[in-house]
Amino acid sequence: MHKLLTDKPGEKMLLLGNEAIARGAIEAGVAFASTYPGTPSSELSLNFFQMSRESDLYFEYSTNEKVAMEVSAAAANAGVRSMCVMKHVGLNVAADALMTLAYVGVKGGMVVLTADDPFMFSSQNEQDNRYYAKLSGLPMLEPSSVQEAKEMVGYAFDLSEKLKEPVLFRTTTRINHSSGIVKLGKIRKRITKGDFIKDPLNLVTVPAVSRKLHVKLLKNYDSAMQLAESSTYNFVEGDGGWGIVCNGVGYNYVSDAVEELQIEDRVRVLRVGFSHPLPPKLIKDFLGRCEKVLVVEEGEPYLEEAVKALAQEKGLTLPIAGKAPELFSRLYEYNPAQVRTNLAAYFGVPHESPALPDLSDLPEIPQRPPTLCAGCSHRATFYEVRKAAEGLETIYPTDIGCYTLGLLPPLSSADFLICMGSSVGTSGGFSKVTDKKVIAFIGDSTFFHSGIPGLINAVFNNHNFTLVILDNGTTAMTGHQPHPGVDMQQLQMDGFGRVSIEAVVRAVGVPHVTVVKPYKVKKSIEAIRAAIDFEGVSVIISQETCALYAKSLKLARRKPFEVTDKCRNHRDCMDNLACPAFYVWNERIKIDPNLCTGCAVCAQICPENAILPRKEKKVTA
Amino acid sequence: MKTTRLIIVAVGGQGNLLASSVLGEAALMADIPLQMSEIHGMAQRGGVVESALIFGNARSTIIADGEADILVGFEPAETLRALNRCNTDTVVITNLAPLMPFTVNIGKGVYPDLKQLQNLIRAKTAKLIAFNAAKLAEKAGNPLAVNMVLLGALIQTGVLPLETDQVKEAMQHKTKPAFLASNLKAFELGYTAAAKAA
Repeated sequence: MHKLLTDKPGEKMLLLGNEAIARGAIEAGVAFASTYPGTPSSELSLNFFQMSRESDLYFEYSTNEKVAMEVSAAAANAGVRSMCVMKHVGLNVAADALMTLAYVGVKGGMVVLTADDPFMFSSQNEQDNRYYAKLSGLPMLEPSSVQEAKEMVGYAFDLSEKLKEPVLFRTTTRINHSSGIVKLGKIRKRITKGDFIKDPLNLVTVPAVSRKLHVKLLKNYDSAMQLAESSTYNFVEGDGGWGIVCNGVGYNYVSDAVEELQIEDRVRVLRVGFSHPLPPKLIKDFLGRCEKVLVVEEGEPYLEEAVKALAQEKGLTLPIAGKAPELFSRLYEYNPAQVRTNLAAYFGVPHESPALPDLSDLPEIPQRPPTLCAGCSHRATFYEVRKAAEGLETIYPTDIGCYTLGLLPPLSSADFLICMGSSVGTSGGFSKVTDKKVIAFIGDSTFFHSGIPGLINAVFNNHNFTLVILDNGTTAMTGHQPHPGVDMQQLQMDGFGRVSIEAVVRAVGVPHVTVVKPYKVKKSIEAIRAAIDFEGVSVIISQETCALYAKSLKLARRKPFEVTDKCRNHRDCMDNLACPAFYVWNERIKIDPNLCTGCAVCAQICPENAILPRKEKKVTA
Repeated sequence: MKTTRLIIVAVGGQGNLLASSVLGEAALMADIPLQMSEIHGMAQRGGVVESALIFGNARSTIIADGEADILVGFEPAETLRALNRCNTDTVVITNLAPLMPFTVNIGKGVYPDLKQLQNLIRAKTAKLIAFNAAKLAEKAGNPLAVNMVLLGALIQTGVLPLETDQVKEAMQHKTKPAFLASNLKAFELGYTAAAKAA
């Protein structure tokens, strides 16, 4: 049985934040869940996926976050407890649905989880999604620990059902990917079937209807504010005059710093956990008892600005600081030492940090950046595109996935990236205003997510570029989740449709479409050259199963290759491919047979044909 | 309980996360408060994986630079790279078997000299325990058990509030039964190696 379905209330487990949240949802009786994979939320949806295989929980990987939000919104409007999970930028994609869903509301509880990523460990920005609560008017909860995250999910569902509107649940990477000891609770029975009652004058958002729904939203806002005033998730610790307002993981750093600086009796800490609407009475009362206040929040001054406005309303002029050059930045994540140092400086507490070693005499340590796996089909495709485009001035708009690692030399096949699907959209703009050859790269999952409208646009508005769809049969970077083009039979899963990328591309009316097998170097280069030469929209679909995915599925392994004595040290292989299976031994390139997947791409580009299938060494007596 | 901060650095695939989950399980069974955090994601693609374990009542789940009480490096260059997480009182344990970064393989970097590396670490921290954990893992019958060898060394130092029995029981819960015997042997060999180096 899946460990998160364990029916043993009171038992303790060490769980990842994402696991704790999934467990919290199960305890709250979640019956319907949807997602598009996005780090740091990926393990949450993975656990839902696994549990849905052995229970009556419904879970789906939706095409993108907007669709994920829509399917959950419908289930919730039919009275079923639903949860929609995404990373912070994913909420941008779902925002159109969220903003008006806030007006329409739900019948069964609906929790929207936004997993923010300060320091952008694995994201293209570090936007602060607390503002979505402000923008939408919806309530928001933010846990500070793994155990609290689990408990808060249940409260979020109850709150959602009480107000009949979705509730935002905001985490950061350090909650999702931290582990802590969690006590299991009782599991509420799942109600998986709902019903839809016709009520168009409350559910179809034409202007006349929306005008009255907005009034309802504002009434909910007032109700939520009252609940925030008395919520146990907004609490004060200490009764000193030094006020500290904090949220999320910042509270942990503040808590530890206060203890280490031994100022427990000097401070008054307000931890905000029900963070939209903010509780004005509670905050004003808190401010009234402080001499000066420090706001500790990663990201934007969301709390700071609200606290300052409330101080003004109450006629208070005490110093309130948060973001400042000598204090906290909007950039990146915080750490315990930095919070302690800033606290000490702001409140004038003497303190000493531990003696740090002098590291100025360390030799330069070689970098260990992440790189495409040995045998990755993207490496082959990038090589082939660059070869086909030799002599041309190019622009390579790229997209979000493993293949973004093609940015690094020697592949150097990425020039512009802003969001999911931007490879296709931006290609249209680049091709209209420049004379350079535009060759865009997009992955299979990303293509389904948001590449199709850009391609339709290109056909309709008569753009001129080549789109290379890197189809490796999975959503690789986030952990090999399925998408609509994946062969689910290979995963022994029935009941799924399958959408063909080639069929979609042809149906869009793209005039020049070719499917290539990237491990066949010469043929691929020829096909890509023809696509590049074509005036208009051309698509190359480069199809080969992800090497890592194939390994996990235990598909038939190819035999590794080796560099033979025919090698004349041209280094074409290293200079053009730099496969991580290569290493240098006695000034010659060698191949590590434990890493080599036998894709044979290097063998095809060696000018001496010196790379051949590895011969099994004969064992001599 | 005094707070003890442990950082483990490794190359993706060396089993950092498994070692961390064994320690976490041991703490859970011993009723020792624990926070843990990991940076995932690039492990499969050859990058560095760092995990932080904080034993005691601290609430923070991450460890600031200069605040590690103990640093365990599964790979020597990564141990050196992680020195900024240490202070002059930190105890350091490192494997001495290198895993060449691919930047070295393509001639874009020079791997540090192992003798110099050890001297530098010794000079800047309280104590260094260094040995070839890969050889010991082979001896134990499982070349992938470098993580268990280093767990043994870690427990031998006595810096963590965990006993050998507790960790061995956690290994039974968290590691594959087929590998338990070799993992336990690996742990023993690491323990002995650390005792010798002391």
